[in-house]
Amino acid sequence: MMLVHLPVFLVTIPIVASLLILAAGWHDRRFCHPIALATVLFQFGAAVVLLFGVMRGGPIHYHVGGWAPPLGIELVIDSFNGFILIVILLLSAAAVVYAKRSVEKEIPADKTVSFYVLFQLLITGLVGMTITGDIFNLYVFLEISSISAYTLISAARRPHSYVASFNYLVLGSIAAGFILLGIGNLYVATGSLNMRELAVMLPASYELATVHSAFLFLMIGFSIKAAVFPLHLWLPDAYAESPSVVTVLISTVMAKVSVYALFRILFTVFTTAYILDSFPVTGIVLFIAAVAIIAGAVLAIGQDDLKRLLAYSSVSQIGYIMFALGVANQIALEGGLLHILGHAVMKGCLFMVAGLIIYRMGTSRLSELKGVAKTMPVSCAAFALAGASMIGIPPTIGFMSKYYLVLGAFEAGHYLYAAVLLVGSLLAAVYIWKFIEVAYFGHPHGEEHGHAAGGGRNDRGKREAPLSMLAPVVTLALLCLILGMGVEVLMENVIGPAVTLLLGGA
Amino acid sequence: MIEAFFELFLARYNYWMAIILMLIGLYALIAKHNLVKKIIGLNIFQTAIFLFYISFGDVEGGTAPIYLPEGIDALYVNPLPHVLILTAIVVGVSTTAVALALITRIYEEYGVIDEDELKELVRGRR
Repeated sequence: MMLVHLPVFLVTIPIVASLLILAAGWHDRRFCHPIALATVLFQFGAAVVLLFGVMRGGPIHYHVGGWAPPLGIELVIDSFNGFILIVILLLSAAAVVYAKRSVEKEIPADKTVSFYVLFQLLITGLVGMTITGDIFNLYVFLEISSISAYTLISAARRPHSYVASFNYLVLGSIAAGFILLGIGNLYVATGSLNMRELAVMLPASYELATVHSAFLFLMIGFSIKAAVFPLHLWLPDAYAESPSVVTVLISTVMAKVSVYALFRILFTVFTTAYILDSFPVTGIVLFIAAVAIIAGAVLAIGQDDLKRLLAYSSVSQIGYIMFALGVANQIALEGGLLHILGHAVMKGCLFMVAGLIIYRMGTSRLSELKGVAKTMPVSCAAFALAGASMIGIPPTIGFMSKYYLVLGAFEAGHYLYAAVLLVGSLLAAVYIWKFIEVAYFGHPHGEEHGHAAGGGRNDRGKREAPLSMLAPVVTLALLCLILGMGVEVLMENVIGPAVTLLLGGA
Repeated sequence: MIEAFFELFLARYNYWMAIILMLIGLYALIAKHNLVKKIIGLNIFQTAIFLFYISFGDVEGGTAPIYLPEGIDALYVNPLPHVLILTAIVVGVSTTAVALALITRIYEEYGVIDEDELKELVRGRR
């Protein structure tokens, strides 16, 4: 009985929990973290149950409040967003575990309660965006998550983070405005806000200017949100200036959900027939993606700050996912979805390591991190493993997703673009190597000073980050490897059906 | 030519107004250097979208969609866009609140609310 209502619990229970955090936090700040952790674990469990349900019995449709779709809001879980749901909740769970010590260090004590409340709301908004089947509801959840994100970015009270947050707020609001306009145009054209219904009704008006403009508004809006290359300007500052754990969450979960929303709008609402025939957009997307892959990586190479470097790397990696969209055939999209998972796991791990380094060393400037691997061997090993995945060294997940992308590009005959993927990988090797070189082969500044070195090193050996922060890092690093090896299972059971669903329309 | 254009404008003047307002808002967002004025621009931009929604929900001669007893017919305006915009207005208010809070913080930290001066200061501190 309860199981039937599981989809709506995914959203309502966390909202109640965020209020509970507020109330409990009033009483005692230490209650906040356990409640947040319990909630996100519940969500993850629910997502797993739902995905198995989808794999066994097909898509789950839930009518909120018992109102049927044309009137009410529908929650839909199919193999595509079930998969995304697992990815984002896995990363959110890792981030919440990681958050405890990180928050103690970075967030002012009197702001801990509101931090956890907003953190919970951010996750809830993103989960809502993922499971909703109603396009206006998507906008509402988008704004819930966005406003939480704007505030969270400036939560560490670093002066520059206010500016970063403000810039993101302005661009994010423009994006949201565009999305709202696009939704309005779709409503004018069809008189419906339900995604499935839209997909059925839209083909009749594919040639209308209203629909074209709706498409462009939505596409540009979500591209800003997902930081697709020329629209990525808010991203480096926002990623580099926010507290470590917020960076982890927005760089993995939030970025992925924005991309998901773009895929959902393009493939489920507009269907492949539209984006291939009526409004051929894939060629441009492919070109932009190729530019993004190269430009993001080149910009990343030029950075001296580890978090900023990883932020630009995200721009490049989002390019890979958009690349799949541009090629738009079965294999490439499988690669793209795999890359959504892979990039979330590895970038989550890399940003967590950056957070660990800031936690211990107090800086993320590469020039001040010489020899950090001696101090923090486990963290740096995790970085190396996730970095290898970022470059695409087999048998990691990063290799598998790029392999599928290249295969897809070959199948579509885009040989030149396939070469771009490889160049992107080489450039990734350069920027990942920048850190590895500094960490493993650089000499710490203090080490030349004779006898102090011995005692100093012993002391340094103990300075690995706390276990509760290290555990999620190691888990994610190992996941890069395990997922890469178990990719067949994943492809057959989850990603394959998801892509078939995308290409087959609603 | 001009007459045809004028007619086109008059026939759909509500949409044109929304578009003009939207562009004014975007212009303010891009061209104004004062952060508060940028947020005012953002508000104009959002308001334009709200007006767009509300005007396409309107039916000429329509009344408020109030439930009437059986047998009495009335022409309703479409209530759905209005309800949607109610949500969007709330969102707009919250965004503005967050933005203004951030501007206050920026002013406390840097002592300016001018974009160019702020950029200089940020670059100088890094």
